[in-house]
Amino acid sequence: MSKEIIKTDIAIIGAGPVGLFAVFEAGLLKMRCHLIDALPQVGGQLSEIYPRKPIYDIPGYPSIDAQDLVDELMKQIAPFHPTFTLGERVEFLEKQEDGSYYVIGNEGTIIHAPVVVIAGGLGSFEPRRPEIPGILDYEGRGGIHYFVKNPENYRDKKIVIAGGGDSALDWTIFLSDITERLTLVHRSDSFRGAPDSAEKVFRLAEQGKIDLILQSNLSSVHGVDGQLKQVGVADKSKTETLLDLDYLIPLFGLSPKLGPIGEWGLNIEKSAVAVNTFDYSTNVERIYAIGDINTYPGKLKLILCGFHEAALMCQSAFKYVYPDQKLSFKYTTVNGIHEF
Amino acid sequence: MNEDIIRIQVEGPGDRVHELEIPDGINLSLMEVLKASEYDIMATCGGMALCATCHIQVLEGMEKLEDRTDPELDMLDTLPDADDDSRLACQIKINPSIDGIKIRVFGNSSI
Repeated sequence: MSKEIIKTDIAIIGAGPVGLFAVFEAGLLKMRCHLIDALPQVGGQLSEIYPRKPIYDIPGYPSIDAQDLVDELMKQIAPFHPTFTLGERVEFLEKQEDGSYYVIGNEGTIIHAPVVVIAGGLGSFEPRRPEIPGILDYEGRGGIHYFVKNPENYRDKKIVIAGGGDSALDWTIFLSDITERLTLVHRSDSFRGAPDSAEKVFRLAEQGKIDLILQSNLSSVHGVDGQLKQVGVADKSKTETLLDLDYLIPLFGLSPKLGPIGEWGLNIEKSAVAVNTFDYSTNVERIYAIGDINTYPGKLKLILCGFHEAALMCQSAFKYVYPDQKLSFKYTTVNGIHEF
Repeated sequence: MNEDIIRIQVEGPGDRVHELEIPDGINLSLMEVLKASEYDIMATCGGMALCATCHIQVLEGMEKLEDRTDPELDMLDTLPDADDDSRLACQIKINPSIDGIKIRVFGNSSI
């Protein structure tokens, strides 16, 4: 898959609050930013985990809901026209001859920038994987999908969905129409998702349109030549039943993982990137880390601290973007915001 | 026996069993104590029952704990490995009534 290379001044990995605010600080210094995030929307943890929870320690806001803060940040950075690649995880950083970097995503996106900023929070959000021996062997082409990307893949196939949350219920309802046979496996005998959806699922089971296996968990996977053929489902007494299938779709939500960031030659301490507090640079020149992803003596994982780190990082990154210019510090009150 | 000390047995990682001694009145959740004791707990959401990275299994003394609230049950329900003895450590307040419980930490280093 080849895509056009995206050229920018700063490639920001992670579009959470700190990554977003870095766009503002960079914009004040006339540096353009492109952000890439594994989640399909901006906001990081704030939008994904607690959008409607209040935050009380953002200066100037006695209380602000997490999603509102994200929305306000998007307004604040709008004059600097950041660009985004969402729903794509960064896999590699590739150093170029002139010292700049290619930031390469798992869907083939390439961002070319003289500076890379990792604002990755606690890593990328990845699907929770049931701890079943051998499950890794069948992921992707082998028949285990953690997302429903193209429902048509499942037409006239035998599908097992595992999970009890809203997405498990919603996809069960949706896919029950097109699959040859759909089985939903859930560990409890009730669903805590939207009551409407739960009711629909029970009705589909009564009508014989789906098989509902409650009080049970996935217990084993079996296949031939890397292709999943059967899954084991164990009830509370650990009695296992084998189900034939074409695809298994485990839907247990997302959980953050450090992921590939750990493989880029950066100093890692306790699942975080060690930085110099002078400018939040890492041990690799031109790569910075700000926000929850970094660590240093006295580190506090606060959005507030990430904002500060973003400001200092930009002052330092300027020399790579404009090597021939001298940076002069200016207040926004004096200088205003200059859109570009 | 010092009555001001709350003792919790923690199993894992592996076969290791360690006893935590926690002074009464410190106003922390079990998640915070486990984290401070260097257990492999991310506690991404900081204690809002929203991320499930502090998932523990209660091996002994489930009856000593307060009932699970709806938000906690909702979150546990999304986990592939949760069961009737599962709790989120962030939702358990340290207080004398939980003295003597035994738990297992799942940790985040799963495959």
